[in-house]
Amino acid sequence: MLTVARAWEVLHQVPDPEVPVISVVDLGIVREVTVAADGAVEVTITPTYSGCPAMFEIEKDVREALLAAGAAQVAVRTVLSPAWTTDWIGPEAREKLRAYGIAPPGRAEPSGLIALARARPPVPCPWCGSTATELRSEFGSTACKAIHVCTSCRQPFDEFKAI
Amino acid sequence: MAAHEEELGIAAGEAAAGRRPVAGPSRTPVLGAPLVEYLLRLGDDRLILGHRLSEWCGHGPILEEDIALSNMALDLIGQAAALLRLAGEAEGQGRDEDALAYWREAVQFRNALITELPNGDFGVTIVRQFLVSAHSLLLWEALLGAPHEGLAGVAAKAVKEVRYHVRHSGEWVVRLGDGTPESQARVQRALDDLWRYTGELFDADAVDAAVAALGIVVDHAALKARWDGLVDEVLARATLVRPADGPMRRGGRVGRHTEHLGHLLSVMQSVTRAHPGATW
Repeated sequence: MLTVARAWEVLHQVPDPEVPVISVVDLGIVREVTVAADGAVEVTITPTYSGCPAMFEIEKDVREALLAAGAAQVAVRTVLSPAWTTDWIGPEAREKLRAYGIAPPGRAEPSGLIALARARPPVPCPWCGSTATELRSEFGSTACKAIHVCTSCRQPFDEFKAI
Repeated sequence: MAAHEEELGIAAGEAAAGRRPVAGPSRTPVLGAPLVEYLLRLGDDRLILGHRLSEWCGHGPILEEDIALSNMALDLIGQAAALLRLAGEAEGQGRDEDALAYWREAVQFRNALITELPNGDFGVTIVRQFLVSAHSLLLWEALLGAPHEGLAGVAAKAVKEVRYHVRHSGEWVVRLGDGTPESQARVQRALDDLWRYTGELFDADAVDAAVAALGIVVDHAALKARWDGLVDEVLARATLVRPADGPMRRGGRVGRHTEHLGHLLSVMQSVTRAHPGATW
């Protein structure tokens, strides 16, 4: 029978389908794991964005990984609240993102409007570390990323948006 | 039913002749329970606007905008799915978000008219997106503390997403308005054309009063004042002229839509209706 600690370890090895360099646990989308007396595992996950198309994939990967690790039964529950925030991504995972070429998110803005003007500090280039970078679009290859370009090393790069 | 029929003046003749209205989607606005109606309005606004934005996928003026518009569409359709699921649960007739999205007729949709208007050029799409996103942001902020767990949960997620929509569309309004004479003229015209559809966003009727009694309270006057401030700030920076508030077009909240919604639905619902129950 799987223990709660072992279940977390297993989930720590399940990569995020869109950003495979970090796990679904690193990303902060696994919120809770419980193991019932009969060995049934229940995992609570939360989507990054309302329309995240990877949720079905993540649910499937989570279930398969736990079954392969010996769970008798796995239920995956999706909750919206509390709303996911990039602040749940830990320092180690941020470094993995940067090494992969994705600028890690800054601190999420607590509330209210985000400034229209370019008052935000430039995002450091994950390749060369230069801060001579420009935002190209708030929306990148996935809903959770923005596109920037570095004017020092001339490389485009993704930024994990703070949300 | 009878009250609605009398309002439309069709009951007397038909009743006297012993005829019943033909079965099928009613042309008469029949409103359901207030909470269901309220959630349908919120969900349908996002579903229909999200579908409109998705029409840009593969047609954006530049690659980055193609991606941005599609990503905003994804956020809106995701929010719509959650809201329609809540509406289905509140209704208690076993309808899920897919049943509500794909198996209702135009008269059963509750979206505001502005969301169903055709995309027009990129300027029209962006101006509409800014006007509606600014409203959405303020509305979600107001609903963060709603005493309805599901609705408050959607609000907390949506408010984060919509902040990016407001900034992105607002920056484009400034860029196009304070751009070339051609871009300025086009977005000013878009603003003038769309303005008459903005009033409906702030309407409050018996449904709003009924859900307010459940604790879902939105101060529409305060919301309008904040929206005015946000819109005025962006229009000033964009060197655009705010249109005067004239007569406003409305009707979407009770199912009276423009001709455009039916065409949109015929595309959006076509696959599901051609292959009912299909999975892949």
